Amino acid sequence: MRLPVTVLVLTLTLPLLGAIVSVAAPRRAEVLVRTATLIMVGLAVALTAHVALSGPVVIAIGQWMPPLGIELMADGPAVLFLLVNALVMAAVMLFSLKPHGQIGSDNRLVYTFRPLLLLLWGALNAIFVSRDLFNLYVGLELASLAAVALVGIERKRDSLNAALRYLLFALTGSLFYLLGVVLIYAAHGTLDIGLLTGQLGTYPTDALAIGAMTVGLAAKAALFPFHVWLPPAHAGAPAPASAVLSALVPKTSFYITLRLWFEAAPGAAGEIAVNVIGSLGALAVIYGSVMALRQPRLKLLIAYSTVAQIGYLFIIFPLALGAAAEASESVADAAWNGTLFQALSHALAKAAMFLCAGLILEAAGHDRIDRLAGLVQVLPMTLFAFGLAAITLMGLPPSGGFMAKYLLVSASLEGGVPVWGLVVLSGGLLTTAYLYRPMAAAFRRSDPASAAVFQPVERWRQALPLGLAIASLALGILPGAPYGLMGGMP
Amino acid sequence: MTPVEWLPFAICATALIGLGLYGLITQPLLLRRIIAFNMIGSGIFLLFGALSASETAGTDPVPQAMIITGIVVALSATALALGLAVAHAREGGRDP
Repeated sequence: MRLPVTVLVLTLTLPLLGAIVSVAAPRRAEVLVRTATLIMVGLAVALTAHVALSGPVVIAIGQWMPPLGIELMADGPAVLFLLVNALVMAAVMLFSLKPHGQIGSDNRLVYTFRPLLLLLWGALNAIFVSRDLFNLYVGLELASLAAVALVGIERKRDSLNAALRYLLFALTGSLFYLLGVVLIYAAHGTLDIGLLTGQLGTYPTDALAIGAMTVGLAAKAALFPFHVWLPPAHAGAPAPASAVLSALVPKTSFYITLRLWFEAAPGAAGEIAVNVIGSLGALAVIYGSVMALRQPRLKLLIAYSTVAQIGYLFIIFPLALGAAAEASESVADAAWNGTLFQALSHALAKAAMFLCAGLILEAAGHDRIDRLAGLVQVLPMTLFAFGLAAITLMGLPPSGGFMAKYLLVSASLEGGVPVWGLVVLSGGLLTTAYLYRPMAAAFRRSDPASAAVFQPVERWRQALPLGLAIASLALGILPGAPYGLMGGMP
Repeated sequence: MTPVEWLPFAICATALIGLGLYGLITQPLLLRRIIAFNMIGSGIFLLFGALSASETAGTDPVPQAMIITGIVVALSATALALGLAVAHAREGGRDP
């Protein structure tokens, strides 16, 4: 077997194996999980380098070619997501190794947290490289089940409530997706994305199928107005779990939507449909930001910020598939690359931010924004990481978020639809407004009479969110390599 | 199969999906919502079986494999939902 193929197979199987072994041998799990995590990061880096140098890696499992077999393909966008996934998961895994504190205080929590995280890791990797719509369904369900379990892991009433609501949304979304899969198979006899290219839209049921799948995926991606499950779920989960849930899980649904609309059904998009999706994205940007401004607790603020940041992603539909794209080819390319920059840099920055929130929660014992005065003296490194992540979310240079906003705004101006660019820019201003509040509170000098007591936190754990925040800046400082891998409109 | 043979299945499947969706939206009780979710799932699997019957080549085995996979996925989702519902009730939570 060729080496890149082995690496791709390992990125899919190693997390699942790790999950099983860490359930079977919980005492040795710590060493094992640490080793597996480091190997996984190495594999992701190696695969990214290989794809950047010599093109996509394709496997037809068991030498069965589509339509009967299932094809896996690691192309440019797929390896970028695999790499970011590996970085975020590794940081979260190391973050939760601490024997006591937020996650570790209860042994049962540790024993369930690691296998669930590894399971989620494997499921997300499987989604990123799948080329078969039914295989994507299985990946989606695996990811949802692990994610829901992570939300309810602490067995508190509020988090169980949030987990149940999340589960109902996620399951209904998956069923809508499955309904679309059934209709497509009945009409075309294949579910391979490559074989479906150019075929969709020829049968009357195709519009219904794509509509059902898009609605289902939008519900799972927390697109406005299906976002209601997200803030309680992401704010109620333990901070390391929230980091993964907010950074990566909604993006997998968005990623499948991209594969569906841009690769399986290019040209089947109606002008009205893409504008409706784009408007929902714009509403999400405004609504999520305004709600984030009004939250009294840091974790809720960050969760509402996710609602807003996911909104930007859906602006790709009117920009790259609507009338704007017909103006010139570079518009669609800029929209595509800008959206991927947004997805990747938001993943890194949001994971960093939730880990910072976790550290603040450990130091202060609460996350109420108005009682964080004086925090900067105790956790300077954490607040530095928070600030760097905030730069990416606001879209200031030099950061991945800046690349994203620059490309999206230039696409909207070049395509003659400046309204979408205006949404992106005003979203940036609102982001600045809501992220200013926790920063200002933490930098405020505390009143000596009623000074809050903060516990110190180890430096190596503070370094983990800092690393993620620096990675999100690096996307903007060295955008050449990721830009090349994204490759413009497929 | 001719349309006369597969059409009754398709109609039943559509009815199941519709009933399940109605239940999912209107029923406030968790357990009923979980049952409604299973009804939608069953309806989709039945639809899959009915629509994949071809008039010339007999029955296509691929959808059957997918239906079995889908049933396993739906079963595990139901198990998780029930587990969460039980834990939720133990903590004294009310139906969301």
